[in-house]
Amino acid sequence: MNTMNEKVANFIHEHLDDILPDWQEKLSGIDEEGSFQMLSADMRRQTSREFAELMLTNLSESHQAYENRLNDFSEKVVRLGWSITFVTRAVDLFAEHIFLVMEEKGFINKDDVRAYVEVFANWLRPMRNSIIEAYSKTWERTVSLQKIALQELSASLIPVFDKISVMPLVGTIDTERAKLIMENLLQGVVKHRAEVVLLDITGVPVVDTMVAHHIIQAADAVRLVGAKCMLVGIRPEIAQTIVTLGINLNDFTTTSTLQRGVEQALALTDRKIVEVEE
Amino acid sequence: MSNQSSVEILTEWDIVAARQLGRNVAKELGFGTVDQARITTAISELARNIYLYAGQGKIEIQRVTEKGLNGIMIIATDNGPGIPDIRKVMEDGFSTSGGLGAGLPGVKRLMDDFRIDTNLGEGTDIRATKWLR
Repeated sequence: MNTMNEKVANFIHEHLDDILPDWQEKLSGIDEEGSFQMLSADMRRQTSREFAELMLTNLSESHQAYENRLNDFSEKVVRLGWSITFVTRAVDLFAEHIFLVMEEKGFINKDDVRAYVEVFANWLRPMRNSIIEAYSKTWERTVSLQKIALQELSASLIPVFDKISVMPLVGTIDTERAKLIMENLLQGVVKHRAEVVLLDITGVPVVDTMVAHHIIQAADAVRLVGAKCMLVGIRPEIAQTIVTLGINLNDFTTTSTLQRGVEQALALTDRKIVEVEE
Repeated sequence: MSNQSSVEILTEWDIVAARQLGRNVAKELGFGTVDQARITTAISELARNIYLYAGQGKIEIQRVTEKGLNGIMIIATDNGPGIPDIRKVMEDGFSTSGGLGAGLPGVKRLMDDFRIDTNLGEGTDIRATKWLR
């Protein structure tokens, strides 16, 4: 079997320069999203050569060498934005094309067709699987990195004046984020010795009962550590939906904008902003 | 005339997708910002109920026309456990999950028409419509 693998590999090596242009043309044919044609001609040539060499490594070299190459390649392909359908189709097309050329050149004859079909199948199956695996791994990593990035921007408590801190909330609040908000809020209040905390919800698109529930809980917890929580940045449409939903925010001081909230917070701590006379 | 699109609710993030879809349709139909907020909040409540209580289900957004009025209908369906006592869940302040208990009665107030069909062990079908006036 191994000798047959080598035979195929040698054949591809010899004819690679003939095979590549035809294969590239076929690839352009199946490229519905335009992610292949978008590349420059040079880049196309280079990438398809890399792809072909990767497939050859799988056929002729050690498993380790192949895995290293595969990881590099799949990462590159994900960066280029190729879809997984396109890549697996490309693998199939490559094999189909080589088979065709082999038949044309009389490399394969009637007697050993079956054996070669088997060689091809054994070559392609693990290849396709590992491509899919490498692909999903790369995506998983991207997603988890983005999740971390999102968490980092999630909820930070910013001290703006002595005893006054602001937490601006931007985007959707889900359960995980609500927990984070609560933790950061409490830690921050203690750390900055805040007496008043302003929760700014200007950037929260929808305030439903769950979001309101989390905000109320957070405010209660802030009260327990001895500070006061104000809800600021309530847009008119949000105010209306809160009222219609029947959510009780009577225990809160609320204001429409952060600016008014800061003024009130200063008043609560017996201070105010004055203009300096020249 | 009916023109609909839907979002499967499988994870918490699908709630955001459903909401976005509803907001886009509401905007296209010409609802103002306050009504848009009402509609998206209602979708948010219904989608969250599916996620919390049924595990999975579907939110459909449908454009409807009746008696010369245009409107948007939210259809929330699931094959979850169903609701044992509808009267109770429509009461303000009733919650089995420690929430505020304003979800379903809130949705009813946010929208114009509200209909709920539920069978124990079979699932729930909630339809809520807002008319463009």
